[in-house]
Amino acid sequence: MKMQRTIIALALAGCVGSSIAPAVAQEHDTPTPPMLKWSFSGPFGRYDQGQLQRGFKIYKEVCAACHSIQMLAFRNLADPGGPGFSEAQAAAVAADYKIKDLDDKGEPTERPGRLADTFPPPFANELVAKAANGGVAPPDMSTLAKARTFERGFPWFVFDTITQYQEQGPDYIAALLNGYEEPPKGFQLPQGGHYNKYFPGHNIAMSPPLQAGQVTFDDGAPQTQEQYSKDISAFLMWAAEPHMVARKRIGLQVMIVLIVLAGLMYFTKKKVWHEVEKPREIARGQDPKKTAA
Amino acid sequence: MNKPPEERASDVTTVSSAEHTRRDFLYIATGAVGAVGAAAALVPLIAQMNPDASTIAAGAPIDVDLAPIADGQIIKVFWRSKPIFISHRTKKDIEEAQTVNVAALPDPEPDSARVKPGHDQWLVVIGICTHLGCIPLPHQGEYDGWFCPCHGSQYDTSGRIRRGPAPKNLALPPYKFVSDTKIQIG
Amino acid sequence: MSGHSTYQPQSKVLQWLEKRLPIGGLVHSSFVVYPVPRNLNYLWTFGGILAFMLGVQIVTGIVLAMHYTPHVDLAFRSVEGIMRDVNYGWLLRYLHANGASMFFLAVYVHMFRGIYYGSYKEPREVLWILGVIIYLLMMATGFMGYVLVWGQMSFWAATVITNLFSAIPGVGDTIVTWLWGGYAVGNPTLNRFYSLHYLLPFVIAGVVVLHIWALHVVGQNNPTGIEPKSEKDTVAFTPYATAKDGFFLAAFVILYAWFVFYIPNFLGHADNYIPANPAVTPTHIVPEWYYLPFYAILRAIPDKLIGVIALGASIVILAFLPWLDTSRVRSARYRPLFRQFFWLFVIVCVGLGWLGSKPPEGIYVILARVFTIYYFAFFLVILPLLGIFEKTKPLPNSISESVLGAKA
Repeated sequence: MKMQRTIIALALAGCVGSSIAPAVAQEHDTPTPPMLKWSFSGPFGRYDQGQLQRGFKIYKEVCAACHSIQMLAFRNLADPGGPGFSEAQAAAVAADYKIKDLDDKGEPTERPGRLADTFPPPFANELVAKAANGGVAPPDMSTLAKARTFERGFPWFVFDTITQYQEQGPDYIAALLNGYEEPPKGFQLPQGGHYNKYFPGHNIAMSPPLQAGQVTFDDGAPQTQEQYSKDISAFLMWAAEPHMVARKRIGLQVMIVLIVLAGLMYFTKKKVWHEVEKPREIARGQDPKKTAA
Repeated sequence: MNKPPEERASDVTTVSSAEHTRRDFLYIATGAVGAVGAAAALVPLIAQMNPDASTIAAGAPIDVDLAPIADGQIIKVFWRSKPIFISHRTKKDIEEAQTVNVAALPDPEPDSARVKPGHDQWLVVIGICTHLGCIPLPHQGEYDGWFCPCHGSQYDTSGRIRRGPAPKNLALPPYKFVSDTKIQIG
Repeated sequence: MSGHSTYQPQSKVLQWLEKRLPIGGLVHSSFVVYPVPRNLNYLWTFGGILAFMLGVQIVTGIVLAMHYTPHVDLAFRSVEGIMRDVNYGWLLRYLHANGASMFFLAVYVHMFRGIYYGSYKEPREVLWILGVIIYLLMMATGFMGYVLVWGQMSFWAATVITNLFSAIPGVGDTIVTWLWGGYAVGNPTLNRFYSLHYLLPFVIAGVVVLHIWALHVVGQNNPTGIEPKSEKDTVAFTPYATAKDGFFLAAFVILYAWFVFYIPNFLGHADNYIPANPAVTPTHIVPEWYYLPFYAILRAIPDKLIGVIALGASIVILAFLPWLDTSRVRSARYRPLFRQFFWLFVIVCVGLGWLGSKPPEGIYVILARVFTIYYFAFFLVILPLLGIFEKTKPLPNSISESVLGAKA
């Protein structure tokens, strides 16, 4: 037994030791995005409607110039658990967009958007998007918040299963939007590139998109770059995971039923096995079935 | 567990019936919670077969401009993936529809109940035969209405069943006149 | 080992049926009076858990197939349609995706339990080999299912895994083209993967029936590793095993639900939320966690062909376990040396899994090589030799003696 424990301890120590080494090495390279406070984190997390509405405004006024969000439909703006627009508001948003369609004679035409339409992309196709953006197509934003992450490393990823930390995506996006700075001495920034300390490789094609005061908020939220970054990240999280609120609500109900069920099952099992687990009586040659039926 | 054997034996005999009830209660409670859980698990499995959110959204009301439809013309539009016939009825069509002996029809319904008041010339019906779901052909059959090629049902200019196996008149979709030349279906 | 069928249907209808198709008697003898060793611990509940998970995967999978479109232009979108628009679609997909992980988690516990207690030894060799076949089928099914999402990881996993076959000398490239149905992973590949992903679970179900049949012929092994000798050594399957299985299944489902409802993307990869792009390879591609140990073995070896052979051998070797382990004592309880090598083996497997997720450079490669050597040495050197040199502890006379600790 002793040797066994020693082996396990050594192996664990080895794992920890070797995982720290690269983590330290990364520190000089790409810093870990700070963990922000999100209203939607944890088992009872919910999206902050005001924040989603502000985030949507930023998307519409800033991001939408280059980034599509093609899997999001106008109707989603009025979905429960989302930004909480009324159906009429969502329809008004839709009507502001021009949707490509065919007329009765089959000719291409444009009509105002309807609730059922998805957000039209800013570029006709990927090649156009590439050509207009220096060779790199801006990614679609529908699932962006789930498509971006950063290495958590051992042992944090183990703790994440307990703490339910699932917000790498928005943390990374918010950090990235705040992460533009002057390139350090000796860093060769290619033509058209921008230095961002959180972007892998640091050379990002997107120019700093958000400046203080750029988007007007009606609800008194500060119009700073930090606030913008946070709000757009929250909006993108909702766009990527629109049913999160329902998921966590149903999850709680399921958990309660399962825990009650498992508890009852445990006592049932104990009752059933009660007679078998009376070793002394069996040892004395008494039939436990006769005594405990 | 550490009691002497005599005591244990008496324990067992005295609590025997109480233990029985406790055990039964436990089994029933476990089974009940398990059954509730299993039934709840069926909900998503059944609900997923219903139309999804994009299908429902795509079934929103549509506007149809009536102006281009000529006298006597029947056009077909789609609403919720169903064909909708919009018939611009002629004077003769209307007269035929109104003068028929309603009581003698298989599915008695006056023409006035099938059009919007003041818009006698516009008949809007769901173009699905009430027999088994085929699309009847317009301007055919003996009643100047529709004829279903599948099993020979014949409808009149009011979309009422006159002959054949179909049991009911062509159904009316929900619609309203937005203006004199525009309707909203749905 | 099937219990003596004393099944007497009460109702006339059941009696009528029983005379023509004795299915009631089969169920009764297999799942009611079937005798199981009385000393089975909770590790033995994982067989039932696995059957449950197979059922969950098949049911959720059939339902997802109703909404999924196997076409390169539409696959990713249809999956997002399931997540966004289908009623409870997000739940069904997360159940299926995390269900695969839970399935593998349970199968690994099941397999390590089998190794620890020597459950593969005579007369259970066929039972064990059927299990290895199920495991192989699971790996194929899981891999193809992962490809269906048609995200970046799906596409590049399909490319990398099918390219393993290109290591075969001479005909490798021909085989890979045949697998793809084209000159690269594309629509034909996606379509055939979809077809096979739907088929294989039913093949698994068929082999599971054989697995359970074989089990009921030879009976369960147990923590002592000695066969039941009298009625005192066994209890009836129902209610004893069913109650125990039921409780632990419920506990296992709590873990499953935790993942589904609270951390549904923890076991997935962020890159798979980027639609497949045949022009760009993600910087760091890794398979799903349950393949990581094998992936580490593949990468530990610098030669392409030998790497692929090692990968295949690391799985196939399991089928030969009954003959590689020469010890006549089954349970690790009575094998002090084996027990230590076993735990080291577990650590090595977990370690390989961790290394599989790391980039193949520096210390990681060296560790992966050391672990790979141990992995194979465990089967090819340690197990054969242990049987000869190990001094085992004395076995109890019977299961009931070991449970009761005193002579009856």
